[in-house]
Amino acid sequence: MEKQTATVLRQECIADGIYSMWIKTPLANEACPGQFISVYTNNAARLLPRPISICETKQDCLRIVYRIAGKGTEEFSRYHANDPVSILGPLGNGFPLSGEDAVLIAGGIGIPPMLALAKALTGKKEIVLGYRSTPFLQDELSAFGDVILATEDGCTGTRGTVMDAIAAHPLSGKVIYACGPIPMLRAVKEYAAAQNIPAWLSLEERMACGVGACLGCVCESTETDAHSLVNNKRICKDGPVFAASEVIL
Amino acid sequence: MNTQVSIAGVTFQNPVMTASGTFGSGMEYNAFVDLNRLGAVVTKGVASVPWAGNKTPRVAETYGGMLNAIGLQNPGIDLFIERDLAFLKQYRTRVIVNVCGRTVDEYVTVVERLADTSVDMLEINVSCPNVKEGAIAFGQDTKALSDITAAIKKKAKQPVIMKLSPNVTSISEMAKAAEAAGADAISLINTFTAMKIDIYRRRFALANRTGGLSGPAIKPIAVRMVYEASHAVSIPVIGMGGIANAEDAVEFMMAGATAVAVGAMNFHDPYTTVRVIEGIEAFMRDQKIDDVNSLIGCV
Ligand SMILES: Cc1cc2nc3c(=O)[nH]c(=O)nc-3n(C[C@H](O)[C@H](O)[C@H](O)COP(=O)(O)OP(=O)(O)OC[C@H]3O[C@@H](n4cnc5c(N)ncnc54)[C@H](O)[C@@H]3O)c2cc1C
Ligand SMILES: Cc1cc2nc3c(=O)[nH]c(=O)nc-3n(C[C@H](O)[C@H](O)[C@H](O)COP(=O)(O)O)c2cc1C
Ligand code: FES
Repeated sequence: MEKQTATVLRQECIADGIYSMWIKTPLANEACPGQFISVYTNNAARLLPRPISICETKQDCLRIVYRIAGKGTEEFSRYHANDPVSILGPLGNGFPLSGEDAVLIAGGIGIPPMLALAKALTGKKEIVLGYRSTPFLQDELSAFGDVILATEDGCTGTRGTVMDAIAAHPLSGKVIYACGPIPMLRAVKEYAAAQNIPAWLSLEERMACGVGACLGCVCESTETDAHSLVNNKRICKDGPVFAASEVIL
Repeated sequence: MNTQVSIAGVTFQNPVMTASGTFGSGMEYNAFVDLNRLGAVVTKGVASVPWAGNKTPRVAETYGGMLNAIGLQNPGIDLFIERDLAFLKQYRTRVIVNVCGRTVDEYVTVVERLADTSVDMLEINVSCPNVKEGAIAFGQDTKALSDITAAIKKKAKQPVIMKLSPNVTSISEMAKAAEAAGADAISLINTFTAMKIDIYRRRFALANRTGGLSGPAIKPIAVRMVYEASHAVSIPVIGMGGIANAEDAVEFMMAGATAVAVGAMNFHDPYTTVRVIEGIEAFMRDQKIDDVNSLIGCV
């Protein structure tokens, strides 16, 4: 883990407002699926880091896929090959890898970390992806398992949410990995409990330090946390991946 | 070249500290900076029992700064002594423990528990804008400030720093009240009570609605307050508020601070503290200054 100025290898727009950036950095070699990096803007007036999941890695290279959500990500979208990019990581704990048949469920900007995960999991994979509209990364993910799509506007796949898609396509996997908005994660948690199978959820929260020091990014946990002996786990340090039974959403 | 400063009989190898709450107890930043290089580690506020803090979102970025409403989440003094102080003991760096509470008794409990430890100094947080009871209530009224200062001084075995709030009409009056009640030093500034609204969602950016503003955006006000406070009292002043580099640190010292602390900028760059230390040394070499103490209040 280190903060460094890395170099953009290449960047492309892969869907409306969604960018894919490859970064050259030796930090890639330390990364596990589900971990994230802090990306810093060049404008010192925006002093906090932007947490972005690691989408996949290759020798000395790391890929992020992100949506333009505000000023910081807008700045990143304008970076070109050979531009410097300031990053810190890899951060957090990744997904525990199981050899069982797995279900990967992700929505929107929760989809990128599923690529690294799909590559690392050895069992059969059912991959359920939810979008507002135009899908992205679905072709790349289809190389690793059966992809089931849901779109809010119904442009492809089931119209509605990932849960609507699951209702239409019964699943057989024995462990769930999920990343996406809180309402989706809440539904996945309920679904996993009803099916009586374990689920790993990757959570999101506003962050300041990204390393576990400021206590800005906590989520309510079922058990006492080791850091403060209350019921607050730090998403950046104890997560972002938690067992569904561990957190209250 | 001398970079040592001394506050209430405690010497620091250099004047650069961490600002409470922005560095934990150093464990998380240990991966980035050699804690032995720092003048002191000032810990996150610790209370007599664990505190859960506020709901999230707890942090929000603002132009040149940030808001926080952590609400003083902390593990309580027992685990803090057992784990955090044991960790910090491995380093030669000075340790200042930031203390919080809801009542005078709660503050005093923590202070008493720290009496037999190796802690070098206590910093009493009477200026957190993010908790309902205690904290800031003691820091916005001269009588309340002087009462709590006196109560803590009676029990404290280590020198006491009173950490002042900028959310007051006259910082000089608060500084004088702390000094008169026996404080060994004062530190300032804590954060400004502030607000941010997400106009697209028509919601407050923080669950707590208000939060404390810190970062480079507040620096000029902090420099002015350090100047006023240090001219109102004769006890040493620890200055902070938006320090990002050595120039900022030198500015606070020239305004009257004996030492400085780096806060929110640790989040922007975890190496900031050490860069400030190295930058002060470079500034001294460049300007042919042999003693860092000659900078204090020199304007
Ligand atoms: C662990 C984690 C992994 C993430 N992975 C991805 C990813 O792979 N792809 C992707 O597109 N997005 C991801 N996000 C969300 C991403 O961090 C935000 O979209 C981004 O920070 C927005 O920055 P901005 O400057 O464009 O927006 P602004 O609204 O201008 O940002 C202002 C501040 O709010 C913070 N912020 C805004 N939205 C979020 C958010 N949703 N979560 C956390 N902080 C936020 C920013 O970091 C910044 O400090 C992830 C978030 C977390 C916590
Ligand atoms: C996330 C965060 C947590 C903080 N927690 C504490 C605290 O526990 N006790 C305290 O006295 N001050 C606390 N502060 C205030 C800082 O120590 C400092 O006084 C203030 O942020 C101004 O310095 P800065 O602009 O360099 O951050 C906190 C500040 C931040 C940003
Ligand atoms: S962002 Fe600071 S503890 Fe997680």
